[in-house]
Amino acid sequence: MLKPDRDVGIVGYGAYVPRYRLPASEVARVWTDGSGGLPIKEKAVAGLDEDTLSMSVEAARNALERARIDPSEIRAVWVGSESHPYAVKPTSTIVAEAIGAAPSVQAADLEFACKAGSEAIVMGMGIVGSGMGRYVLAIGMDTAQARPGDALEYTAASGGAAFLIGPAAESAAVYEASLSHVTDTPDFWRRAYAHYPSHGHRFTGEPAYFEHVTTAGRRLMAELGTVPADYNYVVLHQPNTKFPQRAAQILGFTTEQLKTGLLVPVIGNTYAGSSLIGLTAILDIAKPGDRIFMVSFGSGAGSDAFSIRVTDRITEIQNRAPQTQDYIARRKVIDYATYVRYRHKLQMK
Amino acid sequence: MSIPRNWRTRQQRYSLKAEVCNACGNTIFPPRDVCPHCAEQKQSWTNLSGRGEIYSFTTMYSAPAGFEEYAPYTMALVKLAEGPMITAQLTDVDTEDVKIGMPVEMVTRKLSQDGDEGQILYGYKFRPMLRQVA
Repeated sequence: MLKPDRDVGIVGYGAYVPRYRLPASEVARVWTDGSGGLPIKEKAVAGLDEDTLSMSVEAARNALERARIDPSEIRAVWVGSESHPYAVKPTSTIVAEAIGAAPSVQAADLEFACKAGSEAIVMGMGIVGSGMGRYVLAIGMDTAQARPGDALEYTAASGGAAFLIGPAAESAAVYEASLSHVTDTPDFWRRAYAHYPSHGHRFTGEPAYFEHVTTAGRRLMAELGTVPADYNYVVLHQPNTKFPQRAAQILGFTTEQLKTGLLVPVIGNTYAGSSLIGLTAILDIAKPGDRIFMVSFGSGAGSDAFSIRVTDRITEIQNRAPQTQDYIARRKVIDYATYVRYRHKLQMK
Repeated sequence: MSIPRNWRTRQQRYSLKAEVCNACGNTIFPPRDVCPHCAEQKQSWTNLSGRGEIYSFTTMYSAPAGFEEYAPYTMALVKLAEGPMITAQLTDVDTEDVKIGMPVEMVTRKLSQDGDEGQILYGYKFRPMLRQVA
């Protein structure tokens, strides 16, 4: 179990979901003649001028609107994603410059499939908890890629969230502890220069997602001495609707605890942003004293589990920036052809 | 695309970094050496709210080189809350919904990119207000 010397928490948070939605029925119409079940209702699709950088900047600005701190006091900007705009040139330096955090700042891009954002949060807990820095900006954001016609095309979505980690005394929610469970598991990967990821079909469920999410979750609760009934909300990484529902059930959580943070049916799987943006939807309506249990998952594979307690400051900051449901409500449905254009799947030359 | 010029103007493009004239009090954007209102050279840095309204607009169906992939798109003169009028592309809005007087807010987006191997240029665009916040 990871618990810093000084208590740390969330001083500000911000979400971002792009405007466009591709219904899963559109993918089925093109590739399966409309037959078969659909894993979600629709997914969020980034516009032509959006990428992980532009979306990270907006989520970071929302986090700063809520925190109302001087951005030059931020000591690290870490962006977790598997869709950084450049192969070599940090997303994080551009975010730092755009929000006024540069130049006295650590900055780096992280990659751990869908776990890179929660990894940035744990790193932030370390910096703030050790006293090395007052604030750390941790972002999980993706414009997830999927091979046309692949099962992942139904769900691979765009969006994410930013968290400003800081001292517990200034926080709207405090981290009680975190715990990580990481192994070498061949469930999903993308080689250098490859446009689309590959997946090791039979490794996706039990050996990867369920093994890591439930082990990290169980061990953190065991070490803290908590049980699912101690929490008001649970949010898990959500690659589709069924996986988090089943993992929550295995861990002993109810559908009532899961539903607020379960956004995948209406925005899809935002990869490094997935469990993080679920947490923002919970924080938007949480009350002082509420407890939240979160478990991320990244292929390759690993999970970070967090136990979070909401403080009195939450009600002050909830309305200082657009809420996650505001972004979900801003919605324009597109067809498969427009999706192909927006996601640059057309060969133009 | 000029890498030095883009580097020099990055803060005004990413976040509307502007100046206020210490002599006449007007807000100046983009930043420059001499105040366009009173010709004095005394300025301080300031941050703009990013909010404004559409003064006029036109939709581009035949885009200049480097912007073809975004066509059709709408360019607008945006009157910022602090005073300056700037020209920018609108985003996240359907062409038929754009109106003079429409409240808009600044977002940082991809403006263009230098082929497949060059730099990606980011900068300000404007979209309809997402919502009024406290």
